[in-house]
Amino acid sequence: MLNYDRLVFEQSVKGRKGYSLLNNTYPSKYQMADLGAKLRLKTVPLPELSELDVVRHYTLLSQKNFGVETGFYPLGSCTMKYNPKINEELAALPGFTRIHPLHYPSSIEGTLKIYRYLSEMLSEIVGMDAFTLNPFAGAHGELTGLMIMKQYHLNRQDFKRTKVIVPDAAHGTNPASSAVAGMDIIEIPSTASGLVDIEQLKAVLNDDVAGMMLTNPNTLGIFDRNICEICRLVHEAGGLMYYDGANLNALLGQARPGDMGFDIVHVNLHKTFSTPHGGGGPGSGPVGVKKKLAHLLPGPQVKETDGFCYIETSAESIGRVSGFFGNTLVWIRAYAYILTLGKENIKRVGELATINANYVKESLKDDYLLPIEGPCMHECVFDGLLDKSTNVTTLDIAKRLLDFGYHAPTIYFPLLFHQSIMIEPTETESKQTLDDFIAVMKTVAKEAKEHPDIVKEAPHATLVSRIDEVYAAKKMILTYQDLLEENAKINEVK
Amino acid sequence: MFKYFPHTENDLFAMKAKIGIRNTADLFRDIPENVAFRRDYDIPSAMSEIELRKHLEALAAENKTPIVFSGMGAYDHYNPAIIAQLVNREEFLTAYTPYQPEVAQGTLQYIFEFQSMVAMLSGMEVANASMYDGATATAEAMFMGLAIAKRNKFLVSATVSPFVLDVIKTYAHFRGVEIVMVPMKDGVIDRDELLALIGDDIAGLIVQKPNFYGIIEDYTGIADQLHAKKAILIENNDISTLAVLKTPSDDGADIACGDCQSLGMPLAFGGPYLGYMATKKAYARKLPGRIVGQSFDKNGKRAYVLTLQAREQHIRREKANSNICSNQSLMALYATIYLALMGPDGLKEVNEMAYSGAHYLYDELLKTGKFFVAFEQPFLKEFVVKTSLPPDLIRHALDEAGMFAAVVIDETASGMQMLLNFAVTEKRTKKEIDCLVAVLGGLSC
Amino acid sequence: MSKVVEGLYYAQSHEWLKVEGNIGIIGVSDFAQAQLGSIVFVDLPEVGIQVTKEVEFGAVESVKAASDLLSPISGVVIENNQAVIDDPELINKDAFANWLIKVEIANPSEIDQLLSAADYRSISK
Repeated sequence: MLNYDRLVFEQSVKGRKGYSLLNNTYPSKYQMADLGAKLRLKTVPLPELSELDVVRHYTLLSQKNFGVETGFYPLGSCTMKYNPKINEELAALPGFTRIHPLHYPSSIEGTLKIYRYLSEMLSEIVGMDAFTLNPFAGAHGELTGLMIMKQYHLNRQDFKRTKVIVPDAAHGTNPASSAVAGMDIIEIPSTASGLVDIEQLKAVLNDDVAGMMLTNPNTLGIFDRNICEICRLVHEAGGLMYYDGANLNALLGQARPGDMGFDIVHVNLHKTFSTPHGGGGPGSGPVGVKKKLAHLLPGPQVKETDGFCYIETSAESIGRVSGFFGNTLVWIRAYAYILTLGKENIKRVGELATINANYVKESLKDDYLLPIEGPCMHECVFDGLLDKSTNVTTLDIAKRLLDFGYHAPTIYFPLLFHQSIMIEPTETESKQTLDDFIAVMKTVAKEAKEHPDIVKEAPHATLVSRIDEVYAAKKMILTYQDLLEENAKINEVK
Repeated sequence: MFKYFPHTENDLFAMKAKIGIRNTADLFRDIPENVAFRRDYDIPSAMSEIELRKHLEALAAENKTPIVFSGMGAYDHYNPAIIAQLVNREEFLTAYTPYQPEVAQGTLQYIFEFQSMVAMLSGMEVANASMYDGATATAEAMFMGLAIAKRNKFLVSATVSPFVLDVIKTYAHFRGVEIVMVPMKDGVIDRDELLALIGDDIAGLIVQKPNFYGIIEDYTGIADQLHAKKAILIENNDISTLAVLKTPSDDGADIACGDCQSLGMPLAFGGPYLGYMATKKAYARKLPGRIVGQSFDKNGKRAYVLTLQAREQHIRREKANSNICSNQSLMALYATIYLALMGPDGLKEVNEMAYSGAHYLYDELLKTGKFFVAFEQPFLKEFVVKTSLPPDLIRHALDEAGMFAAVVIDETASGMQMLLNFAVTEKRTKKEIDCLVAVLGGLSC
Repeated sequence: MSKVVEGLYYAQSHEWLKVEGNIGIIGVSDFAQAQLGSIVFVDLPEVGIQVTKEVEFGAVESVKAASDLLSPISGVVIENNQAVIDDPELINKDAFANWLIKVEIANPSEIDQLLSAADYRSISK
């Protein structure tokens, strides 16, 4: 395949036009030029292209990308399941896309009802009492949840509680979110299987603890059977329990965070609830809480009385974390997804995802190092190759997989193992897909032993290979303008 | 069998055999009995696609889709048809974050193009790969300002949108940052009050242009006053207007931020929109979120890659300035395609038409004698007027006529006043405006 | 095996200190630069800034990590190394020849709390 390597600016030709607007006939006295000195002096150097030029350019760019529909995406903790197309169609209905966020509530009952219904369904699924759909992403949901935690204690006049306990196996957003919410972290070391070390936990429980952030199953795909004890201990110490919903897929049909003792939960609609990742967003990170925290949820809030929905934010709300109601068209997709699954099918998601992960685990344990014995849940972790004698790293393996048409699994996370490979084969992947993947993983392991160079120098079949990240960080060519300057410098030297 | 679950009985049998279990329940033994969820979720039964369509279409039909005559951060601009087609290509739609750059050059390149276009519009030197929305982008800009100035107090103009202000205040409250409001005078920032407030303890000032009332404020000299005290200027803009207005860079701003919704994105009841942040090269490392840089691969081919990641949450963890992990990537693609289509001329036309339409509406409303000047200030596409007509009467009449305009209850130094907000875009016609004027002009208390 | 130079003092956080009279010259160890990988950026304090023992005074950044620099001793910055600011990879080339900052030492007794080359060698294996 040809490597299409043009920037849209490099396709620009002066005078080309790609749009058509109305011919409005307002009285001629109204001229924008009257703004005089308020106007910018130089025209914006945006590119000029015809409509077809634009279509071709972005179509060719898309062909340089790998999506879930192109192939298997075994990224651990990302839950890259199928993104149903019916959800795309429904979220694009004009009745949903044409409404202004400040429209009169009585004229937007449809969308407000979806807000309420989805909130109720999510509450039922995770065992909470109330939800906000306003946070834009998982990390944003975490921040919101932690703000609720902090405000809860402030309202009780308990000003000492400024610390959040986070296991060292946690995702980087956990400590970062705590910091942004104005709290300090207490990192506790995990056990060898990445589980919470109860003794370490007891040692840090104090009256300065606001709460604890956990995901269960943990980042290794292992369910912590001590979860009720952990929640009890933290509650007894006066703290709240926060559930990071990144791994919720494993629990659908098996358990609910609310029943384990969690007080605050965030879910990732772009993971568990099938909304598309979009190359990095827009996602959606709704936050659910137990009744005693419901009044703290961020505004604006959607309430319902006698079947009629309206917008009313409680006085004790922590305030807005978003301009309006979050990524509306994303949560509409999630609503459609949950209805498509229905109560009959949603309860099978966890079990099928878990069977898939365990099947992959059993099939690869003769070639890759399994650091932890026993069954996993929806994802499994290997610590690199079993045979590391040729010094082939996890990075090399990941790059070689690209040659076979797979997206690499999550690598170097969790930090507990030096050569982590985290594989999450969601419930929408068939046995055939997994068998093909397993065969390729075995092939790569064999290559690592017999022809290590082919793995170390991978990928060979992609359009570009092993990009120089040091150059990127040093040169800092971050815009087309930078690129032009850099080229000018190079030409000068010549 | 269910259409999203490919497992047949044979598949499951073979897989369980390989795993070495007889029952699936064996895989969940770690879940304590008192926590195991054994019943059905109390949610509706599975819907076929046929039923789902009916259900959602019925809900969509409960929403009224009037002609939109308001703004306040969400504008009804022209939405080019090809954008949805391109953005929905599965290679863009279903891709993950570009952590494996070799298979994500599409995503990485459009982000690079987006960064470039934001820099062009704002006049700044570097932009990031986008933020969630304009309001959170402004709050994050404030955090960035705190890190640059190493102080803990921020000034915010009273003419900033209350929705943006609410988010700023929420974020500030939890970080222990003190927010001080700079009062408004005649619809613009009170310069005398501002001067009195700029001290050695201030990290910076946040302003908005056009401001919440649609007014194009004159910020000449403010950046110098702030810089003299080693404080910074943050300017929030509606990015579409930057195609024609003096840029934040022209105003001496250190950080530019705002929302890209006005680049033809659907109103969509508030989201997904698209926040942006741009700044000077010297502050590039302090920008939160993702940034794409250009580089070469091992064979010398030009390629794009996520860079400056050492600042980000997954590496710096609790020391990161921000916790942002994803961005609004697909909306950045949306904006990039829109800007590639419209080009400088298209955006100029959009703003010119909006200007003419808004000023025409303004004069016609005043002529009715039911609406009065709120502020004698220059505006582009959005303005407010005073009226003594009751808000419910206005809402009802507009609703009946299939139109929408927002009522704003404004708290000022002299008490509360009711204002009507109007925004006219290039999508509005003279006929629609005349109709609106007729409806409103015909009302009486 | 990373290089450890005799005659220098070391901090647990992998900074080294060379003492010349009442001036302290500070850099990061070979072990540190190897851990970081190619260094792309150094953030150093301006002349006149006070540094405090075990408190962050700057940062060193590679593609995969950003590490805070903690001062081994307290004092006032009298010089920072412009050559390293312009070309951070010098640290990777020779972590001991390429110092980061020079400080006027405030409290010489703090030097006693640092590690010797031998002690540092044993913790940085």
